[in-house]
Amino acid sequence: MTTITDPHQGQFRLSMLLYDSRYRSMTIQIVALIGFLMLLGWLLSNTAQNLADLGKEPSFRFMFEPAGYDINQRLLEYDSQDTHLRASLMGLLNTLLVAVLGCIAATIIGVVIGVLRLSPNWIISRLSAVYVEGFRNVPVLLWIVFIMAILIETLPQPRAFRSGDATMSFWESVAVTNRGVYIPEPLFSRSLGDVHVFGASSLRFDVSLDLLALLAVLIAGILTSVLIKRRADATQEATGVRPRTWHWRLGVVVVPFLVVMGILGFYLGYPELKGFNFRGGTHLRNSLIALWLALSLYTGAFIAEIVRAGILAVSKGQTEAAGALGLRPNRTMSLVILPQALRVIIPPLISNYLNLTKNSSLAIAVGYMDITGTLGGITMNQTGRELETVLLLMLVYLAISLTISAVMNWYNESVKLKER
Amino acid sequence: MKKSVFLGALTVASIAAGASAAATLDDVKARGKLNCGVTTGLVGFAAPDANGKWEGFDVGVCRAVAAAVLGDANAVEFVPTTGKTRFTALASGEVDMLARNTTWTLSRDVDLKFDFVGVNYYDGQGFLVSKEMGVSSAKDLDGATVCIQTGTTTELNLADFFRANNISYEPVPIETNAEGQQQYLAGACDTYTTDASGLAATRATFEDPSAHVVLPEIISKEPLGPLVRHGDNEWGDIVRWTLNALISAEELGITSTNIGELSAAPGDNPEINRMLGTEGNLGEMLGLDADWAKRAIMAGGNYGELFAKNIGESTPIALARGLNAQWKDGGLIYSPPFR
Amino acid sequence: MSDMSYVRSEMLPERAPPASSVGIVGWARQNLFNGVGNSILTVLALILLWIVVSRLVPWFFSPTWNSASLNECREIVGTGHGHGGGGACWGVIRDRWQQLLFGFYPEAERWRTVLAFALLFVALIPVLFNMISRRMNWVLLLAVLGLAALYLGGALGIIVGLALIAAAGFVGFKALSTSKEDRAAEIEAGAKRLPNPLIFSAIFPFVAPWLLWGGSIWLPIGAALGFVVGYIAFRYLTPIVGSLAGLIIAVLATVIWWLVLTGGFASIMSSIIPIGLEPVESRNFGGFMLSITIGVVAIACSLPIGIVLALGRQSDLLIVKALCVGFIEFIRGVPLITLLFVASTLLNIFMPPGTNFDIILRVLIMVTLFAAAYMAEVIRGGLAALPTGQYEAADALGLDYWKAQRLIIMPQALKISIPGIVSTFIGVFKDTVLVSIIGLLDPLGLTNAIRADVAWNGLVWELYGFIAFMFFVFCFSMSRYSMYLERRLRTDHR
Repeated sequence: MTTITDPHQGQFRLSMLLYDSRYRSMTIQIVALIGFLMLLGWLLSNTAQNLADLGKEPSFRFMFEPAGYDINQRLLEYDSQDTHLRASLMGLLNTLLVAVLGCIAATIIGVVIGVLRLSPNWIISRLSAVYVEGFRNVPVLLWIVFIMAILIETLPQPRAFRSGDATMSFWESVAVTNRGVYIPEPLFSRSLGDVHVFGASSLRFDVSLDLLALLAVLIAGILTSVLIKRRADATQEATGVRPRTWHWRLGVVVVPFLVVMGILGFYLGYPELKGFNFRGGTHLRNSLIALWLALSLYTGAFIAEIVRAGILAVSKGQTEAAGALGLRPNRTMSLVILPQALRVIIPPLISNYLNLTKNSSLAIAVGYMDITGTLGGITMNQTGRELETVLLLMLVYLAISLTISAVMNWYNESVKLKER
Repeated sequence: MKKSVFLGALTVASIAAGASAAATLDDVKARGKLNCGVTTGLVGFAAPDANGKWEGFDVGVCRAVAAAVLGDANAVEFVPTTGKTRFTALASGEVDMLARNTTWTLSRDVDLKFDFVGVNYYDGQGFLVSKEMGVSSAKDLDGATVCIQTGTTTELNLADFFRANNISYEPVPIETNAEGQQQYLAGACDTYTTDASGLAATRATFEDPSAHVVLPEIISKEPLGPLVRHGDNEWGDIVRWTLNALISAEELGITSTNIGELSAAPGDNPEINRMLGTEGNLGEMLGLDADWAKRAIMAGGNYGELFAKNIGESTPIALARGLNAQWKDGGLIYSPPFR
Repeated sequence: MSDMSYVRSEMLPERAPPASSVGIVGWARQNLFNGVGNSILTVLALILLWIVVSRLVPWFFSPTWNSASLNECREIVGTGHGHGGGGACWGVIRDRWQQLLFGFYPEAERWRTVLAFALLFVALIPVLFNMISRRMNWVLLLAVLGLAALYLGGALGIIVGLALIAAAGFVGFKALSTSKEDRAAEIEAGAKRLPNPLIFSAIFPFVAPWLLWGGSIWLPIGAALGFVVGYIAFRYLTPIVGSLAGLIIAVLATVIWWLVLTGGFASIMSSIIPIGLEPVESRNFGGFMLSITIGVVAIACSLPIGIVLALGRQSDLLIVKALCVGFIEFIRGVPLITLLFVASTLLNIFMPPGTNFDIILRVLIMVTLFAAAYMAEVIRGGLAALPTGQYEAADALGLDYWKAQRLIIMPQALKISIPGIVSTFIGVFKDTVLVSIIGLLDPLGLTNAIRADVAWNGLVWELYGFIAFMFFVFCFSMSRYSMYLERRLRTDHR
């Protein structure tokens, strides 16, 4: 038994702020807060003074002035007379594009290599190890410029296609050149047209009705398919016999989708060599490919190690126990090993996704026009507004990072071991 | 390590405190070194050699100023700057002057608060194409892939040019000249556009320069020159007149070889005498001594010598004087009189 | 019937295994061709390997080491260089390797950087490895210093160098010739123990900046004296005003000493006894030396900041916790390149008007803040990995918060965190190439400057390859070391 002595009831003395544990934490916190505010105030007043000396008033008006430069890869419509704000938006979309593509590719590469590293095949596991160590131990910026250089130097130029030195692959539909890869693009001959959102403002964008229609049909199909599965489950619960439904489930997704595609007049637009370049088709630029490849190969090396550690962390007894219960190997994988390995894998995976997104800011080295290249690059240069652009840039990245970690943490919570 | 580095930072900070407030000339003299902003590397204009010694046409201007002010052409700290960092470096006082291919534009002069003291190279934006493409005019470039260096006025000029002529193009932004050269040679872009001097310099280093040609269209005016911070006119005057001294020296026939005898005693030409300090007190007016111009010219030679040594026709870069000839020879290089 | 047995009474001699399961064939069957899938994978891998090697090897072995320009290379290996044909042009590495390693550091002073990094290893050994004995550590230190003195030459240098190396040899010989037990017995009998090598590790942080940046020796000594001042104040004031007030006063005294008195002390002392090295401005730092300096300084400075942040994040003082979490998450949420933009364009604006310090110091500050946020998370991991029993035991002993941290928690948490700290260091070291984007001449930035030389204009692979190789060597060895540590620490806890 401990006895609690009554707190000292004497009158308040100044030294009690330090020595009395009731007040001490308050004192420390207030001192810390005052210190922080003073530091902040000092920095702000310096900034204000310096900017006044330079004659630059902080203002975001420049964001609404014409940008004056062109952006090659634009996911929305843009020309050089649009505002800096819209140019930044194009950059933001490009950042998100390469980040999403990179995360997907890095995960695939990482899982494959992580499993191959555990392969009994000596040469395969060695090669995987060489890949992992090689990519992990060299700065990603070097890999980006390296891969860009390889793409530029080794692939044929469009001119070579005319003289016949190079040919298009996949039945004349894909052209791999040192300016990028041209692939067929989906087009609709009886298109429903677009909806314009936000009129003529800097944030305007078009929504393709064709795409919306296809998406709606796809979602409806998937929902129906889920319903069929539920009913099959219920039948199985009740009778012990599972009806054969896979052809129905596939059918309700695929058939309506194909029908709508037919109604809209779907066809592929192939790239064709015209003038200096290929025209038509979708152009995946070299800068995008180099950045995408480098980021996913680099991050993939880290993910491979995480996956390997995750698989090794599940003890062999688990596999054996699952076998003893009579589970088939693929059920063992999906019901026993994966859920446990995922729990180890996901937290470091989140930070690798975050790193990949942040590393995409190195796009500037290969001229990929992401947000660092537009807002933090040309806009900053042309307007001379360093404070505002860097501030905006940081906020954008912070928002992206916080969103990713929030989403992934939410997912992590849902697969976490429920301790009771 | 933490503490002493912090201390080092503090001492540096306290030493440099008030740097930009006081007159730049006094700072430079007190420091004994001129801080000069240059590019991180551009053939012929500024690049470090294997021993870390900077060389080039822009570097020559820095050395001339250092010689005029400090009496030592080597008393220069070269601060490499990128297109992005150059203006902040100058505005914050990190460098005393910028001698880096920087175009004189209204917004830079007025909005960014700098003073361009003159023009040391008249340039314009051109296009480099390979001969086998059969292109004879920039207007034939419809649909072409164009490599441009970002962080310059080039991309704005380019957008304007193609818009005005209503033709389409695909811009490929690149960070450095070396990258642009690599992409162009590999055929990743049909044409490479930047200042014509840069194009000529780049072309000169190709394996087969004759297979490439700079198109006749020059789509912009790019007067390149040294610049200083707005507001310190005394310092601006010194840099301006050092540049003018180099230009006048060529006009008056003063070279680094004959300057010794010309400055020994007053000669027949009163302007030479005034410039070299054997007559009058021009140096004193600038806040320097009488020999300032002599030292500036001796640092690397007069304008013509600097040109010939770094980028002229006898060098691999092989730029013709063109617009940059003296006004007497039909160029634009012209210095106000020394009087 | 009794002598008939159905069971063999002695073992048969072992038969040799079938030829297909021993030797190379057996190994290959077992490891490369067990099963159809594996065989296909093996063949594919071999084809891939052949494609890569057959292209790289002839390119790599090209006799261009002595060429003085790219054109000379082209003459030697034929045209088509850099476009799939020809060979490497190694002349550029011969011509510029010193620049890639040291940047613009004055040639006569380069020994100082080498010495500083050699001493860094000596100073780190007692911290990071337990396997080297105290005596061997001093041997190493003496040998390094001796070699440096010999290199500097001059009569004095040679004498000092020889003496130091002789001392190193003597101590080393003694260390090798006496066994551990004998040594213990000698100490028992009155022989003196060598001082703890950690003393040198503590001095090193003051020696290294002095070696790198040069200047008067009294500045680092003055900085070191700050700790002495603080310690004395703490020691003698605690009995008078109590421990907490004593601590506060000691910290204040130290800070005042650094901010106000160090400069005066250093200038007075250097006017009396002027000892110093040629000062080198940090602007002259470049190449790998710059990368390593940024990496090491950032990690060294971020460690204490990271500890404070980690403790703040774990504390139950709401405001302190919020500030720490805010800082950590902000820094971790933005890319390093934006922080470098701050260093290159904004930091001067945040400082009092007229302040202006070197771009490299500004970069150091921002990279330190960056590393500190990551370091805080690493240390928080270490703190979380400690069993709660340790905290409770410290409480049970009646230790207050700081004593518990200093004596119980931190030593264990830091030890667990060392692999994490090393990987943070690798990350920061790799990230230093980003400074090339803001115009500093690190190895990657130097490639641009080198390619602006007419002689080497147009080179790509050789420079990038060399830099990648150097980074690989540094980072790979460090990551191996970190794995070794992890293994060692794991056994310690079993």
